[in-house]
Amino acid sequence: MGQEIAELVGSSLWMIVGIAVIFAVYVGVSGLCYFLWNLYSQGREKARGYTSLKTVTFGDESAVVANRVASVAAVITIFLLWAIATGSSLLPFKILPGPHEGGTSFEYTAVNAAGETGKGQIDLLVHQFGEKPDAPAPAAEDGDFAQNQSVTVAQRRKVLIKTQADEGFRFTEIDGQPINVGDTIGFKDGSILVTQRGSLSVEPDVGMTMEALYLPPPEAVWSRFIDLNKNGYQGVGLWENVFWSLVRVVVGFALGCLFGIPLGFAMGLNGWLRGWFDPIVEFMRPVPPLALIPLIIIWFGIGEQGKISLLFLAALWIMTIAARAGVSGVSISKVHAAYSLGATKKQILSKVILPNSLPEIFTGARVAMGVCWGTVVAAELVAAEKGAGKMIIAASKFQLTDIVIIGIIIIGVIGYGIDMLMRGAENRLVPWKGRG
Amino acid sequence: MSGLTINDVSMTFDLPNGGSVEALKNINLNIKGGELLSVLGPSGCGKTTLLNILAGFLAPTAGVIDLNGHNVVGPHPERGMVFQQGALFEWMNVSENIGFGPSMKGTPKGEINDRVQELLGIVGLQDFGEKMIYELSGGMQQRVALARCLCNDPDVILMDEPLGALDALTREKMQSLVLDIWKKTGKTIILITHSVEEALLLGERLLVMAPRPGRVHKEYRLPFAEMGVGADLREVKRHKDFGPTRDEILNMIWDMEEEIMGRTETA
Repeated sequence: MGQEIAELVGSSLWMIVGIAVIFAVYVGVSGLCYFLWNLYSQGREKARGYTSLKTVTFGDESAVVANRVASVAAVITIFLLWAIATGSSLLPFKILPGPHEGGTSFEYTAVNAAGETGKGQIDLLVHQFGEKPDAPAPAAEDGDFAQNQSVTVAQRRKVLIKTQADEGFRFTEIDGQPINVGDTIGFKDGSILVTQRGSLSVEPDVGMTMEALYLPPPEAVWSRFIDLNKNGYQGVGLWENVFWSLVRVVVGFALGCLFGIPLGFAMGLNGWLRGWFDPIVEFMRPVPPLALIPLIIIWFGIGEQGKISLLFLAALWIMTIAARAGVSGVSISKVHAAYSLGATKKQILSKVILPNSLPEIFTGARVAMGVCWGTVVAAELVAAEKGAGKMIIAASKFQLTDIVIIGIIIIGVIGYGIDMLMRGAENRLVPWKGRG
Repeated sequence: MSGLTINDVSMTFDLPNGGSVEALKNINLNIKGGELLSVLGPSGCGKTTLLNILAGFLAPTAGVIDLNGHNVVGPHPERGMVFQQGALFEWMNVSENIGFGPSMKGTPKGEINDRVQELLGIVGLQDFGEKMIYELSGGMQQRVALARCLCNDPDVILMDEPLGALDALTREKMQSLVLDIWKKTGKTIILITHSVEEALLLGERLLVMAPRPGRVHKEYRLPFAEMGVGADLREVKRHKDFGPTRDEILNMIWDMEEEIMGRTETA
């Protein structure tokens, strides 16, 4: 227990360092861009409007407007850092050294059981991971017992040069430098470790870029995107996956609204019903929908019914609470005014309470849509036949990182799109929101 | 039979600590049809409670209220209400707000429209029918509230500090408007206010209420409302009786406030 906590603290500290470094790089680039932008815009950008006349802007939130140049530069920076870290071929020149590629060689000196000394040459062909080239012919023999060899090795991998069969054979020098068991010594394109049994573990230079397994370069992701668009993945089209996720969200959300809004109104208008539903609503509200996934799978299996039930439950409580808050938010003088003008209870509900609670309901709907979108992806990660989440979990099992990244980008873009749509609908349908 | 009669109305609230507050005690009042009555008093004198009882939002613990021969038991379109903050419906435009009452009754659209147009003219908002509520200034919103109330053609208009949130200049214009409407429509208007000047200007009859228990302390009959119809209200304020009456009432209320403050300090 104590050791685990110590480890947790230790790794947290390392994370702080890592995050600080990444942040420092990103903010540093931001500072550089700001400097360049200022140089460029000096004298060109004429301050306009009322805000430009304000002398106090630090602390005046209304005077702070997002600089769109900064936003564009920030996105470009992310792609640029991505390209640099992966050694992308889109860059005109390499900024970080990549792993060694192509041929290289080193010489060794060895002794045999008879005490003779001989020299040999090892040729290496370093190729990209996944390729299977033939090893080139070894250099011509000079006649001693130490044979020349030719081997292939993938980038970022190691290859073992074994001691030759008869006992007593021992490597003594690499390129003229004496070696001992356990040493690691460099040669011109990599390093060599002398193993306990006397073999040579040869590792060509790995460079400083990331391996595609962890983060593929942008152009690889793009070409995979084109391929996915045309052929899909595992027999399901890319947009078919996205479509199914969206359908589940829309159906689950609609069901949640269908039941949640009337339930919220009932709780806002009637003391008995509020008392009746309060325990379950207050209990279910803090339960994250993801915690229900195992139970939902036990009850409904992994079909559509289960996922839609889950999304329904995710949206239901949010919409209930939003509608209830909407009813509580109706000022009593509006209700009084409507009664004095001769409205019936039914008219009060439809003409006063319902429209008056629309802003709250829209706020709730935006939250519910966000939660549903997150939940559907998580549910598909657990079990699904189609869907954005299913696509990325299936791809991750085959280490197709590019598909995982495409999936994440699409999920993010669609989540953002949903929120923009909801905001647009809100501005159209409740223009009075926030304007007393 | 015509008119509003308040018969021995009392209102006692129970407090959570077991005590009770007499917000109103034995109020008796006769208000003729077409009378303009203003009610004044320090905070806590029960004037808003009285108005809520008249509107039918609260039931008195004792006594009855009689309007045109029947008892007041709940809100009804015969008694219209104008609130301090307008209480307008932001999701409707100005015309829809004004026509709300008749449209609830199912009055034909054309008829409502004619009535709304006429009222827009009366309150001086001819070109604002299509505007949304949030596009209007505070004074304009109160004009809409007034028009919405009039559109329903109530017998009695109850006003709960309707001009309290307005700036001084807008307030003066609105006071003239209230007088005009009173004269033109002949409605019974009961107006609650904090401002002594407003109570003097907008009351043929003025009640000064006193707190603990809430009761009618003094009653005045005043000529200023009649004088103010169609006239410059600043002129009315220069009348020889205006200043002395104002000072007398101010002193009266000042004494009451002081008594309350003194009591709370010793308590």
